[in-house]
Order: sequence, then C-alpha cells, then structure tokens
Amino acid sequence: MKLALPLCFAAGVLLAPSVRASADAEKLSNPRLEARAVALQKELRCVVCQGQSLDESNAPLAGDLRRLIRTLLEKGDSDGQIESYLVARYGDFILLRPPLEPETYLLWFGPLIAMSIGSVAAGAAILRARRNARAEMPK
Amino acid sequence: MTGEIGQLALCLALALALVQAGAGLAPGQSALALRISSHAALGFAVFVCLAFGALVTGFVESDFSILDVAQNSHTLKPLFYKVTGVWGNHEGSMLLWVLVLAIYVVCTVLGRRGGARLTCAALGVQGLLAVAFLLYILLASNPFLRIDPAPIEGAGLNPLLQDPGLSFHPPMLYLGYVGLSATFAYAAAALLTGEADARWSRAARPFLLAAWCALTLGITLGSWWAYYVLGWGGFWFWDPVENASLMPWLVATALLHSSLATERTGAFRSWTLLLSIGAFSLSLIGTFLVRSGVLTSVHAFANDPERGKFILCILLAAIGGALGLFAWRAPKLETGSAFEPISRESALLLNNVLLTAAAVTVFLGTLYPLFLDAATGTRISVGPPYFALTFAPLFVALLVLMPFGPRLAWRRGELASALRTLAPGLGAAVLAGGIALTLETSRAVAAAAVALAVWVIAASVLDLRVRSKARSLSLRSCASALAHAGLGVTLLGIAGTSWWKSEALEVLAPGQSLEVGGYHLRFDGVAPGRGPNYRTSRASIEVSRNGTAVATLAPELRLYPVEGKAVSKTAIRTTGIADLYVALGDDRGQGRWLIRAYVNPLAPFIWFGGAAMALGGLASLVGSLRLRVRALAPAAAE
Repeated sequence: MKLALPLCFAAGVLLAPSVRASADAEKLSNPRLEARAVALQKELRCVVCQGQSLDESNAPLAGDLRRLIRTLLEKGDSDGQIESYLVARYGDFILLRPPLEPETYLLWFGPLIAMSIGSVAAGAAILRARRNARAEMPK
Repeated sequence: MTGEIGQLALCLALALALVQAGAGLAPGQSALALRISSHAALGFAVFVCLAFGALVTGFVESDFSILDVAQNSHTLKPLFYKVTGVWGNHEGSMLLWVLVLAIYVVCTVLGRRGGARLTCAALGVQGLLAVAFLLYILLASNPFLRIDPAPIEGAGLNPLLQDPGLSFHPPMLYLGYVGLSATFAYAAAALLTGEADARWSRAARPFLLAAWCALTLGITLGSWWAYYVLGWGGFWFWDPVENASLMPWLVATALLHSSLATERTGAFRSWTLLLSIGAFSLSLIGTFLVRSGVLTSVHAFANDPERGKFILCILLAAIGGALGLFAWRAPKLETGSAFEPISRESALLLNNVLLTAAAVTVFLGTLYPLFLDAATGTRISVGPPYFALTFAPLFVALLVLMPFGPRLAWRRGELASALRTLAPGLGAAVLAGGIALTLETSRAVAAAAVALAVWVIAASVLDLRVRSKARSLSLRSCASALAHAGLGVTLLGIAGTSWWKSEALEVLAPGQSLEVGGYHLRFDGVAPGRGPNYRTSRASIEVSRNGTAVATLAPELRLYPVEGKAVSKTAIRTTGIADLYVALGDDRGQGRWLIRAYVNPLAPFIWFGGAAMALGGLASLVGSLRLRVRALAPAAAE
C-alpha cells in the first residue's frame, strides 16, 4: 500500500492526461440512473490515489469501479447496497463520508462539541461583562 | 565554491541567532541586551540572505556538484523555473522558511514596536525559532551537500511546479506561516515580560495583517493553480495540504477580530494571547504535515519521514513551551471588561467561537484519519461530504451573522438600528435568491447560497453608505467592508461553479464540434510543437457563439522528457463573469482526441473575492502603520 500510493499518484495525476475518461463509453442512457451513479462516485474515493474521488480519478481501477457501479445500478441495486458491496471489498476506506461508529464519534461530534464549549464559554464571558457593565452604570 | 559559502553563511547565521536568542531572553532585558540582540538579528538576516543567494546561484549556474541542484534542476529549464525551483524542493523550501523569518526579524528590529522590553523578548523568541530551524537545516536537510562525481545533467523539476501560479504560491504561504511567528513571538514576549496589556497586540498587528494577507493570497493562488492545472475545473479539494493552510488562516482570522477588541477595550486579553499561540502552532503543524510525508497527496512533492520527527520535536517544543508559559502567566492577567450582550464585543466573540469551531472541524477532518490509523490501524477517509456536513453550516452561520458585527457599537449596540440599516440588504438577498431559483437547473441550496452572498456584499455597501453619511468613514472601516464583501464575492463564485456549471466530454475528429453552455467548439486538429524543455501537442479549437467566432483556444498536452511526465495545459477564456474552460485529453488515434469543456459561471469571482480580502487586509495594514506614526509624533517632538 505504501508503495502503491506514490505510484498511483504518479500514474493518476502526472502521467495520465488530466482529463478523466469516465464519461465516454461509460455514461448510462437512463439519465436518472446516470445522475445516481455520478452522485455515488462523488461519495467514494479512488482507493489507489490520494485525495481524489472516483469522480475525478484517472486511475484504471477508478474506471473499473465506475463501470461496476453502473452495472450494479442497471441490475437494480439501491445506493446503499452498492456502497455496502464496495465497503465489503475495500473497507470503510472507500467512503469519503466516514460511517458513524464508536471509532468516529469524536470526528463527527467534535465540531458540535467545539461549538458547545465555545458557546458556553462565550456566554459566560458575556454574562460576566454584563455584570461589570451594570455595576459601572450608576457612576 | 558557492556551496561552501552557503554552508559557512548558515553556520554563522546559527551562531548569530544563538546570540540574538540569548541576549533577547536574558533576564532584565536591558538596553544593552536589546542592542546586542538587534545587531545579532541583523547579522543573522544578512547571512541567511547570503546562504539563500548562494543556493540561487547554484541553481542558476546549474552547479550539479550540489546534490540539491542535481536532483531538482536541469540545464534546459528556463531561467525563471531555475530560480523558482530553489523552493520547489524540500531543502530549498526550508531555507526559504528561514529567509522569510529573517525578513520578519529585520522588521521587528527596525519597527521596534511596543517598547524596548517587549521588542527585546520578541527578538529572543524569534531567535530561538531561527536556531531550531537552522539546526534542522544543517543537520537534517542541508541544501549544500555535495555529490562526487558531479553528474553531467540534473534530474529536472516536477513539471507540475513549472508554472507561474505555483512558483509564487509557496513564498506567499510562507510569508503567511512565518508572519504568524512574529505575532507568536510578541505574544510570548508579552507573557515573559508581563507586559500583557493591549500594547503587545498593537505592536504585533502589522505582522498579523501582513501574514493574513499573504496567507489569503497564498491560498487563493493555490486554489487558482489547482483550477487551471489539474484539468477538471475543481478549485478546492479538501486535500490535507490545502487544509494545512486553511487552519492557520481560520485562526488568524479569529485573531484579527479578537485583537480588535483587545486593543480597543482590553477585552479578551488572554484569549487573544492563546489565539496567537494557536495560529502559529497551526502554521508549524501545516509545515509538519506537508514536509514530513505523513500525508501523501497531490502536493507532497518533497517528503521524508525521518525529517518529520525533527520538525515534530520543534513543533512540540514551541507549542508546549508557549502553552506552558500561557498556563503559568495568563491567570495573572486581570480581566474586567464590561459590555452589554448586544455589542461589538459580543459579536466578535461569536465570530471567534464560529471560526475556532471551523478550525477544529478542519483539524479533525485532516488529522483524525492519521490518529485513528496510528492508534487502531483502521483506515478511514474524510472527504468533501464530511466538510459539507460540518464545516459548511458553521460558515453559513458566520456569513449570516457577519453583517451585524460592524453595525453594532462598542460596549452597547442596538440591534434594531442595525436591522434598519441592513434591511435593504435583506431585500436584495431575497430578490437575488428568487431570481436564482428561476434559473435553469437551479436548486434551493444554490439559491440560498446566492442570497447569502448578496446579503454579505450588500451589507458591506450599506455599512459604507451609513458611515460616509455620518462622516465617520475611516480607512479601517473601508478595509473591513472590502474584506467582508470579498468573502461574499468568493461565495458567489463557489455557488456559480458548483451549481450552474455545464460540461461536455467528447472524442472529436478534426472538423467535428461540440456544444457547451451556449458555445460552439470546432476541433481543428492537433499540431506538434516544442518548448524549451518539453514537447507539446497543441490543439486548435474555434469557439463561436450564436454563429460569430469569438476566439481560438489552444489547450496543450506537454510531455517533459527529462522528468518523463505529461502535463495538460488547459485553455481558459474568461469574460470576467464566466470561464470557458477547455482541456485536451488523450490521443484516441486517427487524429481523434478526447476533449473536455466546461462553462463555469462566476468562477473568476472565487479569486476576485480572495484578492478583495487580501486588499482589505493590506489597507488595514497601511492603517495600522499610520496609526503608529501618529502615536509616535508627540514623542518625536519632545
């Protein structure tokens, strides 16, 4: 894996022309299915590149997965079924939106916690400042 | 010879930085200590410039006996990229870091802001940072190492970096990152000397503004580069390296606002100190992330895990030391600010809560996968969908509330009068949102984004109008209105490209054409060509609109034989309102090529907005320097 990353980085970003080849010959004729396919491939990452979604990647594997998604969609699978199929093969790593599990509670609730702590602290500071302001008033 | 001169200069710079740190931090901070520290600092700067000059000379002369030059340059490379190649690699970029530090050190010496004791201690802290980074360069990433025998030819520079946009992106970012070190040094100096009233913050403000402008420009440049180089029209990827520059920006923005209150009324004193430490800590974390190789991403062109450990040590020492100092000294700072819940102070506090929470979000999204991998071996990915769910709501709240800030008075504001002033803005926003809803392919979220952007821009205009009527228009309020409006302009650009983009992707033979967003593109074939250090396939595409020819675009596919890499050069025709964006894909045989075309409405606004923000910061910087001259005037008359 360690080696695969830079290699793909080189192959995917530098060697390949920076235009992804997804749409030609991959597009589904049914526009509703195609829209679902595009939405799905924006939520999934190219597992051999760094920081690119299936939607953007030029790697051959990403092309295979885009075709796989379309095959499964035409078979009538739901978005959830396709995602769990891919997760079973590649692990949670393939999801750009990490699943909500005990391991990711801090990731998902962290912003909320930060916001809560900040709000409480700011609220306390504002109340204190108001007390001070009221105390100065009579002067 | 240049290598030896550079090496010697670095060693002398290290010695002088030690003197600067020692004298600056000596107990008492006497006038003598300040003189010694200042002179050592100037000497340090001279030798760092000399070392940097030596490395530039090595690159320009293609002196391949220097390992760094041999690995990253080539005789055929154009002179411009020979020079910018100096910081296109790890060793050179670390030397650039120290060069920028030297620039800020000289500004500290010449400005002598905040009085002798504060300046002296700040120079001491900057000296410590200089020592740490010079040691790092000399011990772990020396750009002057020799290679024997010297190769005949160099290995060349990653072609992605042979681009004007990316040539200035790293220096800009470093001006930002390292500029925050000056704010950090002043904050630490305030804690060390106990002079933690508003003075240190006023002294550090020009540094903070300079750093913020540079960071804003650097991020804008980077995003623009990604847009036109990577070839799929995206401008922000939530890539860890992008996030590494966004985090210090968010905290520096929070700091800009909290220090306004500290300078004006003395409020939030310890919080402002903490933010100063936080902003620079995140710059160091950014440097660590990019330079250590813990991430492998589009940007990780120079990484090495061993060196990462060294930077990690610097990072822990700087952050730990500063936080320890803060924990020790900050409780002694008296806080007794007085203001009503509806006031400028409260608005700034809310701004800080939101910006800090946004920074925490980016921090979690960037580093959580690394921590989780290290702790449990579980590998997860955090991508755009995560940030859309967490970061976006925080920023929306920030933008909804932002217009109220400048309209509330210090200590006690009036919400009703603010609302009256801003009411036309609300009307404009609703109108714009409504118009956006009627457009093709529109969605509620897109219309809401447009309404929000118009709200922010209109509010800035209204703020200026009220101020000019009341004859209270100052440079500072113009600067703030411009920066705030810039954010709205950027949002407008993001909304346009995200929701109203049209795209076409087709394989065309010469003479065939495609339609995209009202444009008619005729492909006239591909011709080979040569550049100084590359071969190219250049397409010729006739663009017409409603039957009239408007332009000929020439997207290219460049092959750099030395580096063995191909890079696509997109062709962009911009009207200033929308971009027609064409990229050449691969050769499909028999003269047929894959062509990708987009029309990105409002795309240029993304970068106009960034430029407006930076310009606002610059105006504010001029204002803060002028303030100092005025404050000094009576002293000079004495």
